[in-house]
Amino acid sequence: MFRKSFTFRGGVHPRENKFRTEHLAIESLPIPGQVVIPLLQHIGTPAEPIVRKGDRVKVGQLIGEAKKFVSVPIHASLGGIVVVVEPRPHPLGIDVLSVVIDRDETDQMPAFSKDPEWKTLSVEEMKFRILQSGIVGMGGAGFPTHVKLSPPPDKKIDRLIINGAECEPYLTSDHRMMIEQTDEILGGVRILGKILNVKEIIIGIEANKQDALKRFRKKTAGLKKIQVFVLRVKYPQGGEKQLIKAVTGREVPSGGLPMDVGCIVQNVGTAQAVYEAVCYRKPLIERVVTVTGPGVIRPGNIRVRIGTPIREIIAFCGGLAEPAAKLVHGGPMMGISQYTDTVPVIKGTSGILVLDKKTANQPPEKPCISCARCVDVCPMRLMPNRIATLVEYAQHEAARLQGLFDCMECGSCSFICPARRNLVQYIKLGKAVCTNNTKIAS
Amino acid sequence: MDFSMIWALVIMGGLGVLFGAGLAVASRVFAIRRDSRVAQIEAVLPGANCGACGAPGCGGFAEGVVEGKYLVNGCTVGGSEVARKVAEIMGTEAGDTVSAVAVVRCRGDVNACPDRAVYQGIHDCRAAVLIDNGAKGCTYGCLGYGTCVTACPFEAMRMGPDGLPVVIESLCTGCGECVRACPRDIMELMPRDQKVFIACKSQDFGKAVKAVCSVGCIGCGLCANPKTVRNEVITMDGKLPRIHYEKVEHSWEDLKLAVVKCPTRSFGVRGGVPEESPEEEPVSEEPAR
Repeated sequence: MFRKSFTFRGGVHPRENKFRTEHLAIESLPIPGQVVIPLLQHIGTPAEPIVRKGDRVKVGQLIGEAKKFVSVPIHASLGGIVVVVEPRPHPLGIDVLSVVIDRDETDQMPAFSKDPEWKTLSVEEMKFRILQSGIVGMGGAGFPTHVKLSPPPDKKIDRLIINGAECEPYLTSDHRMMIEQTDEILGGVRILGKILNVKEIIIGIEANKQDALKRFRKKTAGLKKIQVFVLRVKYPQGGEKQLIKAVTGREVPSGGLPMDVGCIVQNVGTAQAVYEAVCYRKPLIERVVTVTGPGVIRPGNIRVRIGTPIREIIAFCGGLAEPAAKLVHGGPMMGISQYTDTVPVIKGTSGILVLDKKTANQPPEKPCISCARCVDVCPMRLMPNRIATLVEYAQHEAARLQGLFDCMECGSCSFICPARRNLVQYIKLGKAVCTNNTKIAS
Repeated sequence: MDFSMIWALVIMGGLGVLFGAGLAVASRVFAIRRDSRVAQIEAVLPGANCGACGAPGCGGFAEGVVEGKYLVNGCTVGGSEVARKVAEIMGTEAGDTVSAVAVVRCRGDVNACPDRAVYQGIHDCRAAVLIDNGAKGCTYGCLGYGTCVTACPFEAMRMGPDGLPVVIESLCTGCGECVRACPRDIMELMPRDQKVFIACKSQDFGKAVKAVCSVGCIGCGLCANPKTVRNEVITMDGKLPRIHYEKVEHSWEDLKLAVVKCPTRSFGVRGGVPEESPEEEPVSEEPAR
């Protein structure tokens, strides 16, 4: 049967490179001896530490309190003694206040039992459990989920979109979860649907994940409310605004949010975490991470405790292979390269990528030749060449008028540029200068 | 006789007189009274439109002075000379102004403070700090991509051979553009009549500084010791010393011992250590910036 595959205008086709891990079942990492849990793993205000050096903590115990609305609590992912609370390197760059816990003999994962009455919970109770469990968007950005689920009353939400695109090359953690934890994800989807009271739930999955598509089709067969859409394989198909455009045809206005067009997008990983939070009251203390790339001896999809240093996960995967040259937190398109492997896994870590020299090294930047390929591929329909040049010559106001802040930094333009211009970096710089955010004295 | 030429002359001439009269009236009726002092002040200003005073340009500053928005010595670039002239036009006293000069408060060049990672990207310090807080070993140190050099409107800066910028003091006007451009506040203005400054910004503990930089201040406090400098000219401010320039009487003699005793040689001396220094010189390699 012919099925239409949905997409948006623009985008690029990087080599998928998912073959290394897409057939590998999720493994669990042995419990680490020490975890480093940053108190900022989300967009918003950092959580405030409520434990001190020498305190004994249990798995799942609250260690960081959310004091503001746009913030989430942080929980211990390991039982043991708090060694120190101090700033430590963070995968997103600057040092962040972190709780370091050494494992001791008291470490035990509590038996999270299913709350038999979860189906009778009210919407507010469900949202409260999501907040208490510290759930954030698991796709990478880490926006607090309870905030996303509380749209202002004047915004009418009629569609919930579940993002199973996983368009970043190399990464397969969402893919494996969709295959192995289909029921949990669908349970989370129903909870999210109930909270938002939507008419229609759309699950979008890229066409390169046929096994996941099949499973979701089978499980949702006969359900009117939940539909499974095939998305064309293209980057950034999993971008929030691109996904909305693809499956509903609606366009989020410049400077707007998905809720402005009546949509809320949640990642499949988030749906699974929501399910565990509401039904089992389990805080977000572990997640699935894809460890891959030519620099890793034994790539895999690994379930790890939040706060596990990346070094230990790579060691579990057989260590670094000969050509290893660059360590990236996240995928190759939007991920951030790291200078140390002591950084921990955070709630938004979808992958750990070790690239070889050939892939990692960039040839030097050359002047723009005005070929307009970046204009063709920009999924936000901007002119990256123009914005970058304006930023380069400090015309920040003009760059802002060209849509500087509409850029989501997907990297399609930098990927396609034949002159190897660091277009996204210019745009990031422009944003930093415009928001007066360049003085990062640590 | 054909009068057509005469008529043309009369009509055109008449129109000319009419419009001329109109313009003359308009220039009186719609005249904008501009304070003559604005033009006078503008004439004595340097005319670089650098914006260091806070006004959009020299014209704006001149108007601001007349309106009382800016002080007569508000032009840092012009220094005391311009301040005196502006004060004269305004009929006030300029007061004492010492012009400022920019200094690089970091000595951690590529040899002293090697990078901790390879950076591939645009040559702009502000862009570099957005990725993992920069590739430099010290997270307080100069990144060396020359954003200050680009920002300088007077071409008074250049990149030195070892990855640190150099201020060409004869061209520096103390406008502060480099100070605003630097993401790590390495560039700083200091009084031009002073000689010594602290060439380190690290707020780390001594051990952490030592691990990344061989010339970074370890915060030992030796320079702030009363035996080294009198009159509390240097005090410790957190993990860094601070020089109280207002207490310094002799720019070199008062601070000489501190510079000489510093175990990490973290002081900078503008113009170099004076040669008549009777002691042996532990600060051998060009400490001046």
